[in-house]
Parts: sequence; C-alpha cells; structure tokens
Amino acid sequence: MLNLYTRRRIINAVSLSISVLAMLFGLFWLCWILVTLLDHGLPALTPVVFTQMTPPPGSSGGLLNAITGSLMMTLVGTLIGTPIGILAGTYLAEFGQRGWLAPVTRFINDVLLSAPSIVIGMFIYEVYVVKIGHFSGWGGALALSVLVIPVVIRTTENMLRLVPNSLREAAAALGAPQWKVISFVTLRASRAGILTGILLAVARISGETAPLLFTALNNQFWSSNMNQPMANLPVVIFQFAMSPYEDWQRLAWAGALLITLSVLTLNIVARVVFRQSATAH
Amino acid sequence: MPTSLREAHQKHQNSLDILFRSVTRLSAFAVLALLLAIIASLIVGSMPAIHAFGLGFLTSSEWNPVTDKFGALVPIVGTLVTSGIALLIAIPVSFGIAIFLTELSPRILRRPLGIAIELLGGIPSIIYGMWGLFVFAPLFGDYVEPWINKHLGHMPVIGPFFSGPPMGIGVLAAGIILAIMVIPFIASVMRDVFDVVPTLLKESAYGLGATTWEVVWNVVLPYTKIGVVGGIMLGLGRALGETMAVTFVIGNAHELSKSLLMPGNSISSALANELTEAVGELYTSSLIELGLILFFITFVVLSLARIMLHKLGQREGQTS
Repeated sequence: MLNLYTRRRIINAVSLSISVLAMLFGLFWLCWILVTLLDHGLPALTPVVFTQMTPPPGSSGGLLNAITGSLMMTLVGTLIGTPIGILAGTYLAEFGQRGWLAPVTRFINDVLLSAPSIVIGMFIYEVYVVKIGHFSGWGGALALSVLVIPVVIRTTENMLRLVPNSLREAAAALGAPQWKVISFVTLRASRAGILTGILLAVARISGETAPLLFTALNNQFWSSNMNQPMANLPVVIFQFAMSPYEDWQRLAWAGALLITLSVLTLNIVARVVFRQSATAH
Repeated sequence: MPTSLREAHQKHQNSLDILFRSVTRLSAFAVLALLLAIIASLIVGSMPAIHAFGLGFLTSSEWNPVTDKFGALVPIVGTLVTSGIALLIAIPVSFGIAIFLTELSPRILRRPLGIAIELLGGIPSIIYGMWGLFVFAPLFGDYVEPWINKHLGHMPVIGPFFSGPPMGIGVLAAGIILAIMVIPFIASVMRDVFDVVPTLLKESAYGLGATTWEVVWNVVLPYTKIGVVGGIMLGLGRALGETMAVTFVIGNAHELSKSLLMPGNSISSALANELTEAVGELYTSSLIELGLILFFITFVVLSLARIMLHKLGQREGQTS
C-alpha cells in the first residue's frame, strides 16, 4: 500500500508529464506542417512563379496574376475596413461608458470576430455579386473588409483603454476640445498598438479562402480591373490542389508556402512592433 | 472684440466635437447594421427554400439537385460530428498546453512557446486542408484506420462507428484536422484565464503543501471554470464554421453513414463546393438556408462563450 504522499507525488508527476506531452503534441503538428510546406514548396518556388500567369494544365506558368490580385484585394479590403474599425473602436473606448449602443456593439463585434468567414462571403455574394450580375474583385475586397473591421475595433478599443486618464485630463486642462484630445493625444499615444491590430487583420485576411470563393472567384489571365473576376492566391491554391494535374499541384504548394510565410511574418512583425512600443513606454 | 472671438472659436470647437462624436457613433452603429444586414440577406435569400420545404428541411437527408429536393440533415450532422470529434481531442490537449505554459515552463521558454502555439493558429485554414489531403490523409488511411478497424470495429456498441474502408479522407480525418486547428484558440484562452488567478491563492495552496497538480485542479480550475468553458465554446464556434480545412478532407458525399471513416459533408464544405455552381433558384436558396442555419448555430455558441468570459472578467473586477 502506497502512502498518501507517494501517491500524491505520483499523480502529480503523471499529470505534469501528460501536460508536457500535450505541449509537444501541439509543437509536433506545427513542425510537421512547416516541414511539409518547405519540402514541397521550396522546389516549386522558382522565379517563373513570380513572372508568369497561371497556366492551363500541362504547360509551365507561374502565379503572378494571383499574387497581384491577392495583394490588391487585401490592400483595398484593409483600406475600407481600417477607418471604420478605428472610428468605431474609438467610440467604444472614449464615449462608450453610457448608453446602450456601446455594450451591444462590443458584444456583436466579439461575435463577428469569430463568425464563419464563409457566411460573410455569402452575404457579399447576396447583396453585391448577385446584384451586379458577375463576380468581381471589389466583391472580394468588400468581403475581406468585413473581416478586417472586428479585428481593428477590438485592438483599437483595448489599446485606447491602456492610455492613462491623466494624459486625457492634462490635454483637457490645457483647453483642448475633446476631438483634439482623442485624435492628437490618445490615438497618437496608442498608434503602435493600433498598427499591431491592423497587421494582425491583414495577416488574417491574406489567407482567407472561403469569402473569396463566392465574390472574386478566379481569373486565369492577368487582370488589374477590380470590376472583373480576379485571380487570388487562396482560390488558385484551392483549385490547383484539388486538380489531378501534377504541375498544378506543384504550383499550389509554391503558393501555399508563399501565403504561409507572409502570414507568419506578418504575425511576428506585429508582435515585435507591439513589444517595442510596450518597452518604449 | 476678443470675447466674441473666443465665443466663436468655442462654438466652432463645440460643433467639431459633436461632429467627431457622431462620426464615431455612426461607425459603431455600422457594426450593428452589418450584423442585421447579414441576417436579413440570409433570411431573404433562403425564403424560397423555407417556403418549399418548411421545417422538413432540417430532418430530410435527401440532397438531389436533379429533382429539386433538398434537406439539410447530412451537412448539419457532419458539422456537429466533426466539431464534436475536434473538441474531444482539443480540450484535453489545450488544457495540458495551458498548464504547461502557465505553471511548468521555464520563464525563458514561456514566450517563444506561447508564440509558437499562436502561430499554429495563424496558419491559414487552406494550408491545413492541403496538408491534410496530401500528407495526413494518406498516412492516416494506411496506418491508423486499419488499426482502428481491427481493434475498435468489432466492439459491441461503438463498432459500427469505427468500421469501414480505410480511405484516409472522411469524417474522422476532418475532425482530427479541425482539432489541430482549434487547439491554439482554446489553449491561448485557457492560458489567459489561468493567468488571471491571483498569485496569492496559488501561493497559499503551495504553502499548505499542495503539489502543482493539486494547485491546478483544486485552485486554478475552480477559479477559472467559467472562462475555461467560454474558451471551449469559442473553439467550438471556430470549428463549426471552419470551411477550407474540412472541404479538403471530408470527402463531400451527401450520404448519412454511421461510420466515422466514411466520407460525409459539412455545412461549410457544401457551401464552398456548390454555391457558385448551383443552378436554379431552389438549389441556391437551399444552400443559403444552410448558411443561415450555420450562422444561427455559431451565433448562439459564440454568444454563450462571450457571456461566460465576460462573467469571469466581472468577478475578477469584484475581487481585486
């Protein structure tokens, strides 16, 4: 019969080793996915990928139109979503102490933050694509902007709340009107944090596939016209990976590596920006 | 006159203040309007299907574009089952990771390991899908599924769920990949709520001679119960709506089968595969109704998650 102390110590040791195993389990998948990506993606990542259009099966080609399309739609989506997000986040942080609007908006924003992106794509499909009658790059950008807004609102509000009230009071005591206090003092004090939020939002939308399926669709040719169906990396990867052609699958791996590297870089840059601003204060 | 000049200036600034306030309020209102617009457009879009099938839509497993007969049972079951499998795996693993990050990890490793787990959550879902289809599913079909078949397939009650051809792709594979995807979300919420526990409480328990595990189980977990459940619900919300990773590996078969090894379908993958190719009003509208159902389920789950996390935050505010 084990005595109580030994038993407790054994239980402790067993459960803690299980916890270590769980950590290793998580890291294991991360490494496996990254190794696979590098393994399949690096050989496929030739200069041609950046200089040629998506090919028909059987001939050589690259991903130039898809890369450009993705960049354009991400840029426009961010440009539409960010101002709305910052303004709404400012309202929640600076004017949101009283009234019903702020708590309700905060709650709904939190829900939208993790709402299924495919439903957002469907919404834009319903209200925009069906109305104008064809798929278009603008539709894709709109769907992405809907995904940007909640992320930016959340970080803007959190960052503004970190600004000490004494700073606001000091500015107000100098006679600055409220709009000046907010835009020249509090927003400026938290700009690094807000930039982090924007970077995270860009990281999130640059890998999104589901909302683009119904909005931008795809385009095999070069197109910089946002009013036309537009090629973009995620949808090209989806189509090429699901296809039976080996050269298409190889391009899909190259695209997958590109997307993952840029998303992970954005994530890390966002953290570095945030950390530097935090240590600077 | 200096006084009237100052008054004019003040008036000007006052109106700018009001303008600024209204613009920000309008933006906040836009979020509300966005949600209402999403719900309204989905309801309007699914009206034809609601009229044609009524409540029977939820219980019929038929999905036939040729005869224009649609029912949502197969995708709904697929969504719930894959998310259920995902949570079964993800909850214990995330719990372990959160304990490791808050209680066990050496201080230097804490940050990099936390970031590594968050990066796992940052990988786009389409990458999980591709990796699942080309790397995971073949290995799963060659090594794991035959083992499952042999050892679990003949058990009395659960046998039928685990027997079937080892094809790699299928409901079980989709559930496992979903689990890997939601682990980072649940783990980082759990880590954050574990960090909320006052050091004083933990140190008191250690002072009484409790082991690390006893501190976690008897002090940290009871204190953060609501937050932990909230985090799990947040992960569930993610899993329910996840599209690309599931679409690649679930097999996209509109069939209801008992076995988890067989291909199935989920709401989101049915949408991803069929919406742009749907011909006819009733077909499109049935797909939109599927989207409405998905939005409704995730909305309820995510709302519960937020309410729970909010409650934990409130309690923290009271005690400190």
